[in-house]
Amino acid sequence: MKRIYVDEQWCLGCHLCEYNCAFANSGLSDMAYALKGKPIYPRIHIEGTDRISYAVSCRHCEDPICVKSCIAGALSRENGVIRIDGDRCVGCYTCVLVCPFGALAPDKDGVMQKCELCLQNSCGEPACVKGCPNKAIVYEER
Amino acid sequence: MAEYVIVGNGVAAAGCIEGIRSLDSEGRITVISAEKHPVYCRPLISYYLEGKTDIKRIGYRDRDFYDRMCCRVLYGVRAVGIDNEKRVVMMDDGAELPYTALCVATGSSPFVPPFEGLDKVEKKFGFMTLDDALGLEKVIDGDSRVLIVGAGLIGLKCAEGIVNRVGSVTVCDLSDRVLSSILDTECAAMIQSHLEKHGITFHLNDSVSRFESHKAVLRSGQSVDFDVLVLAVGVRANTAIVRDIGAAVNRGIIVDENMRTSLDGIYAAGDCSEALDISSGQKKVMAILPNAYMQGYAAGIGMAGGSEVFDKAIPMNSIGFFGLHVMTAGTYEGELYEEKTETSVRRLYIKDSCLKGFMLVNCGERAGIYTSMIRERIPLSSVNFEILKKVATTAAFSKEIRRSKFGGSV
Repeated sequence: MKRIYVDEQWCLGCHLCEYNCAFANSGLSDMAYALKGKPIYPRIHIEGTDRISYAVSCRHCEDPICVKSCIAGALSRENGVIRIDGDRCVGCYTCVLVCPFGALAPDKDGVMQKCELCLQNSCGEPACVKGCPNKAIVYEER
Repeated sequence: MAEYVIVGNGVAAAGCIEGIRSLDSEGRITVISAEKHPVYCRPLISYYLEGKTDIKRIGYRDRDFYDRMCCRVLYGVRAVGIDNEKRVVMMDDGAELPYTALCVATGSSPFVPPFEGLDKVEKKFGFMTLDDALGLEKVIDGDSRVLIVGAGLIGLKCAEGIVNRVGSVTVCDLSDRVLSSILDTECAAMIQSHLEKHGITFHLNDSVSRFESHKAVLRSGQSVDFDVLVLAVGVRANTAIVRDIGAAVNRGIIVDENMRTSLDGIYAAGDCSEALDISSGQKKVMAILPNAYMQGYAAGIGMAGGSEVFDKAIPMNSIGFFGLHVMTAGTYEGELYEEKTETSVRRLYIKDSCLKGFMLVNCGERAGIYTSMIRERIPLSSVNFEILKKVATTAAFSKEIRRSKFGGSV
């Protein structure tokens, strides 16, 4: 299955992936209108130290502990993609407690969000990959 | 053909069904469900009262789950005995159900101490089942004075769930702090003060000495007037059905890492069972939902002839009240590192060169990185612990570990 991978050798920590992610999932067509001056809640985030940086998003684990731990049955695995039903999420943060990658974070209302590979949103392909200026983020089969 | 019987219809049972079906699509599965509801998650009943979920969404699986899994559910009946020689489960309606493999997923029941005068209280509830929540919802209104006995996870989530729907909520507990099973005095005080700001009143270090019909007289001599009583003192594992036929039982049903009980052909999973906590090395009941699912799943695989080991159980809890989140895991032993601000506490416990436990108040971002370090027993020599003391991040891992975790090129 194709997944998102990041090469920390090329990641500059510019955070553009976070903005592209937030925009792709905003449902809006104007990026400035969607994001300018507003707090963003992306499903990918930059981590690192003073020497390295890399973007982290859901690994779509084959044996996903988040799905097994979700107290609301809101997380599921469909054709290899880990999905979240925000309507069922009660915001207990158990998935945050168990994800070994730190790949889940809440939206502005406390409902959990995660990368779903842009398969359901307007972008149709991972927006973080498409917009990475240094091609540090790739979407491929490994 | 295999005949699988599961006693209980909670999350461990759902895990068991999915475990069985991952290997065997043919065998017959029968679930004995004392409650007349499809599988739902017990912790969601407080969210139901709070309005964050409803009857339609509270189900743990979609509506056609049992059909998809080709699984028969017997609602409103109880298993009352097992004859493991004849391989049958006896039911309270007189029926007998044959099995080739059996999973006991009976959960736990509220423990009610013998309070004087409790029989005089008309409106009293436990807070374990959806029917408890629905019953409570029926009797409360905007003027109700609710007394909750027990300031643990169940009692406090109940308090949060109803406080905006009733006149007042008072919580009392024998312990000197809230959430005493997972928090120390300082963290507990932060949560208590937050709950007090949201209108909940506490009587700690105090408990009910006797009840009158609408009044609780506390040991301290103070009294609390109430209209509705919720008893959330504690729970006990439901073990009788296998204890009666000689299974090894301590506080919970003793299982190995494949979820086998000491009796041939009988497995146990979830809150009724007792397993090894790898963070402390002790066998204990870890009545938490992730373990219930994973134990049920492992049991199901074993019942269907496979072998799935679940040997990474640790106690862990994520619980929030009015937007303040607390995460805890593992055991609080060894050397302590802490970072505090006015609004948050991060406590990490180190022993044998591994992270053994943590307590995070209002700083739980990416806490799963810590949890995985406890579960995987990652040696601290392989990480930059100075970074981890301040924040949970995979940047503290070596490039090699990060590369293998993230699958390649990081």
